[in-house]
Amino acid sequence: MKILRLTMIAAALLLSLATGVQAQTTLRIGLAEDPDILDPTLARTYVGRIVFAAFCDKLFDIDEKLNIVPQLALSHETSADGKEVTIKLRPGVKFQDGEPLDAEAAKFSLDRHVTMPGSFRKPELAALDHVDVVDPLTIKLVLKAPYSPLIAQLTDRAGMMVSPKAAKAEGDKFGLHPVCAGPYKFVERVQQDRMVFEKFADHWNKDNIHIDRVVFLPIVDATVRLANLKSGGLDLIERLLATDIKDVKADARLKLSTAIELGYQGLTLNIGNDKAKGPLSQSAKVRQALDLSIDREAINQVVFNGESKPGNQWISPDHPYYQKAFPVRPRDVAKARALLKEAGVTPPLSVDFMVPKGAENEAVAQVVQSMAAEAGFDMKIRVTEFATSLKQAEAGEYQVYFLNWSGRIDPDGNSFIFLKTAAPQNYSAWSNAEADKALDDGRLIADQGQRKAIYEKLAKAVLDEEPILYLYHRRLLIAHTTKLEGYKQMPDGLVRVTGLTLK
Amino acid sequence: MDPGSAAHLYTLRRARETKPMLSFLARRVLQLVPTLFFVSILIFSLQHLLPGDPALVMAGEEHDPAVIAQIRQQYRLDRPIPIQYFYWVKGVLSGDFGESLRIKVPVRELIAQKLPVTMQLASMAIVIAFLIGIPAGIVSAVKKGTAWDYGANLFALWGISTPNFWLGIMLIFLFSIELGWLPASGYVPLSENWRASLAATIMPAFVLGNAIAAILMRHTRSAMLQVLESDYVRTARAKGLSERSVILKHALRNALTPIITLGALELGTLLSGAVLTEQIFSIPGFGKLIVDAVFNRDYAVVQGVVLVTATIYITLNLIADIAYILVNPRLRA
Repeated sequence: MKILRLTMIAAALLLSLATGVQAQTTLRIGLAEDPDILDPTLARTYVGRIVFAAFCDKLFDIDEKLNIVPQLALSHETSADGKEVTIKLRPGVKFQDGEPLDAEAAKFSLDRHVTMPGSFRKPELAALDHVDVVDPLTIKLVLKAPYSPLIAQLTDRAGMMVSPKAAKAEGDKFGLHPVCAGPYKFVERVQQDRMVFEKFADHWNKDNIHIDRVVFLPIVDATVRLANLKSGGLDLIERLLATDIKDVKADARLKLSTAIELGYQGLTLNIGNDKAKGPLSQSAKVRQALDLSIDREAINQVVFNGESKPGNQWISPDHPYYQKAFPVRPRDVAKARALLKEAGVTPPLSVDFMVPKGAENEAVAQVVQSMAAEAGFDMKIRVTEFATSLKQAEAGEYQVYFLNWSGRIDPDGNSFIFLKTAAPQNYSAWSNAEADKALDDGRLIADQGQRKAIYEKLAKAVLDEEPILYLYHRRLLIAHTTKLEGYKQMPDGLVRVTGLTLK
Repeated sequence: MDPGSAAHLYTLRRARETKPMLSFLARRVLQLVPTLFFVSILIFSLQHLLPGDPALVMAGEEHDPAVIAQIRQQYRLDRPIPIQYFYWVKGVLSGDFGESLRIKVPVRELIAQKLPVTMQLASMAIVIAFLIGIPAGIVSAVKKGTAWDYGANLFALWGISTPNFWLGIMLIFLFSIELGWLPASGYVPLSENWRASLAATIMPAFVLGNAIAAILMRHTRSAMLQVLESDYVRTARAKGLSERSVILKHALRNALTPIITLGALELGTLLSGAVLTEQIFSIPGFGKLIVDAVFNRDYAVVQGVVLVTATIYITLNLIADIAYILVNPRLRA
């Protein structure tokens, strides 16, 4: 009797607790990590960009087909010599503190990106010499040299405008109370817990903003993120596990939105910095053999349930700049063995294979290991914590490094810093005069046809010498409740709130 | 007061008793200083032994050498380690724990934000542990060799051997997805909405409390068995006291002393953050803070949190010792 009474009291207590929880009417988004500082000049994480999309508008944006479309700008025009870019601003735009977004304010933001100590935008805007104010709604970007990826850079954090008044008052603490010109304004942030935003009543596009509040909740564990979505604690989650796709599809209350990522997943092969001077670094034939030993479609099937996109270049086969003349080569173990023999290597060839920790990385590494073994490679997987792996990659303490890149809209953003001689992330320490020229030329020319022809030379050099063995492009997996309507997945993985409704 | 009066003698006796107690306390508090100093050196040097460069990690995907050099200079990462240590200790002594490299928030503020969360979770967990562990221990000692005893032992074995992350996920499936009674994860401060706060923390507190309950149950059982066989319990029974009063009033009180000490130590461990459980339930406490900080090489945060945790642990130890002395007068001399 007593036990029964206790049970009833406990159940009543649980129920009463539960009723207190379910009164939310906001869009709640589950993130896979806690972002770094919310200052577009100082920020550097991918997950941070998802949050910025809700509150910090940019001069330009992209559409689903990667076309550049205006956002805070109305139009842009590049001079004949490519050294001046004139940008017309949208009239009547206000920052969330009521300050006007005019040419002076736009110049302030761009100058801040370039001059602020510790700015991560500085390299992105390195070509910018100075900004001139032409009239209250027009700015002119004067460049040191023609730089065709400029407008693409302005579709991301480098193009985000911050309120000059707030930025001057807060200095490097601006990111703790950011003020931008986006559809939602910052309310509060509790580290590792939540970031709350509410609708900005004076936003230039307010008629297309239908949800009152947006809350971002970092939930690291993917299973728990999905559990929250299923239990109604969240409305949208990013980075769903490929293994959970079936589960989401089977649930009538959930919807899956996907797109192929802008970035790539690949193996960086140490060429110029290999202390052991192993055959892999010394001979392109050995690198070709490793490439031929890998069946990219098998990786796709085994690890990703067929949901990724096998590739062999720094952009996916769907990208307008993909070089169709160089398709993914099928696996050819016999040829791989023959190449190893030609290079004078007696199998098995032991290779140090550094893999940053993570279930997905490790699974891919194991598949690569077993396939490469058949061709005569003994890939010794060394799972390394990410921060340590970066340090070792810089020091050249590896032979093969499994590395991914989240990707940029312009092909330059996926290639230059990794492939140019002595570029900051050229971990392979690869140096090729023809590739360098193509990379430089690609920055000078704006015409897509001409640029594509230039990048063809780069593709040839890369596929001949293999400093990076591109493997696949992940499918961005976003799941949301059917209550959320109007959601479209963009290839950059970001969540755009404009036009969304929540029933 | 009249010398020689009972009141005077009493005061003298009290003074004699308090004096060693006070000097004991003073000694222990003084010991804190070198201990914490040693801890601070240990934290600092161990952390710098970690491979990986905070400036490089901070730079994220963008590895521009000029930017990285600038970060190193800004946070004195380019200075020799003893000098970095000197600056840190100088700050700590004036109450400034430094600033997070990653999010530019003062570490003191982060600690003030997370400590109440972890304290709430730890207190709830310890209450749950006591509520389950002690009654189960008593029942299994009193009903030794019966189905009750086996049942309680089985429960203890389950509690000790169930991994937290598994139990956590199972609870989420049951109470959040299937039944829809509780939120799957997240945290609401007590001050904001106490019901939502309890709803958000009850599952993680149970997961943490469950494991400790098992340990407490085992200890209660053995302590009770020992006490139940002692002479004074036999005397109490011979005097005709009811079994209930023998067990709860006479036996349990003596058996509880070591269990309370154990509870205090477990509380100390809980306060240093329950990494896995906080991760699963997305509770923004110390555990989550320190894990993120270690992976991001956010030195100032790691140093600050570990120092505070060490201080809490040492203080709880001290309190447990004092409690022990208060309960057991023989230790006072």
